[in-house]
Amino acid sequence: MSAEASDAVRPKTVHPLFVRVTHWINAVAIFVMILSGWRIYNASPLFGFEFPAGFTLGGWLAGAIAWHFAAMWLLILNGLAYLAYGLLSGHFRRSFLPISGRGLWRDLALARQGRLDHAPGRYNAVQRLAYIGVILAAFVVVLSGFAIWKPVQLQELTALLGGYEAARRWHFFAMAAIVAFLILHISLALSVKGILSPMVTGRAEPSR
Amino acid sequence: MKPSRKIDLSAFRPRIERMERRRFLKQGLSLGALSLLSGCTLKDEDAVDRLLFAMSRFNDRVQAALFNPSKLAPTYSEAEVVTPFPFNAYYEEKEAPVINGDDYRLKLSGLVADKRSWTLGELRALPQTSQITRLVCVEGWSAIGQWRGVPFRQFLERVGADTTARHVGVACADKYSTSIDMATALHPQTLLALDFSETKYGYPLRLRIPTKLGFKNPKFIAEIFVTNDNPGGYWEDKGYNWFSGS
Repeated sequence: MSAEASDAVRPKTVHPLFVRVTHWINAVAIFVMILSGWRIYNASPLFGFEFPAGFTLGGWLAGAIAWHFAAMWLLILNGLAYLAYGLLSGHFRRSFLPISGRGLWRDLALARQGRLDHAPGRYNAVQRLAYIGVILAAFVVVLSGFAIWKPVQLQELTALLGGYEAARRWHFFAMAAIVAFLILHISLALSVKGILSPMVTGRAEPSR
Repeated sequence: MKPSRKIDLSAFRPRIERMERRRFLKQGLSLGALSLLSGCTLKDEDAVDRLLFAMSRFNDRVQAALFNPSKLAPTYSEAEVVTPFPFNAYYEEKEAPVINGDDYRLKLSGLVADKRSWTLGELRALPQTSQITRLVCVEGWSAIGQWRGVPFRQFLERVGADTTARHVGVACADKYSTSIDMATALHPQTLLALDFSETKYGYPLRLRIPTKLGFKNPKFIAEIFVTNDNPGGYWEDKGYNWFSGS
């Protein structure tokens, strides 16, 4: 019996359990990493601004560092589990590929007109690009984080990113890319009907 | 049974650790910001605090394992040295102690065979080396500086320090203190620095450790001691990660 055949009785699973669990663990980890990271940034701002203290985590620098270096293990271990699952199960290949220039152009045009299809569990070209992009940004943020944390022990990595001071900027801009993604991701998840609950239950809402 | 110092210490250890956790909590490691955002009150602050404290100790062990005793910090050219070098301490620049080098004595204690104190002249009579390395502050900024002095390993061997002990502690004239692991103390670039650009950076003696964050590089050193009990330090006791290696 095919999955489609059972559609009438049971809504189809649009997000596998593994993806849902790692998604929400990641949500907690990235939330802690960003907010504590903003507090760490404020201790020595790279650019001419600081993050509002009310939107940071840790209370002061030592607290923020404690949060940051505790949550990093959650982020990394959970991220590795997600990547291993995505690559081995075929989830990445099925969900993120193919991705073509023409498809992107078409979907971007549709998105501008507000007519882009946003079905749970089936990603349009813009979504595919965004998800691949945020995974790459996560790679950069983790690698540059290691380069800042261990500029002596991992000095080859730090040098690859252009040295300690350049690695700080890599870390900042990778964070900024992730935050930009999150603004889009969360606002769409909250505004488009019927796509948030499948990320919890795994099943598409029954059509009414 | 004769009471020994060791038994006394271990009996107090759980209490000391509890006190340290309390202090950690009081220093503002609060969930205020998070509960503000999430709109819920997280009453279990102490459990979160304990978890963060445990993770920080776990990160100490990870960093000790990651530390390669023969991996050298990158060095730079004289042209890259930052002047003026940023001043950083827990107090304002004008409050930096002024020490008379003529009657200065470096005190030694703990697991050291020869506890005689050292004058600056005696320290200068030891072989000196120079380094240009990057100092990375826990706040994030960094600056390349030049330091000259006695390789710390040679000094420790010279005074008969027990190099199998776990920690080296440092007490400073500015009421600052810190401590490092023995592996780092014996690293070829760890330097008992006598020469640096200005007295405010720690005259007459500081420890320059390019494999550690800036706050693990004590200035205005008054006393050095070798011990198996982790002595903590000024910032470490307030909640900063103890190992803080680069």
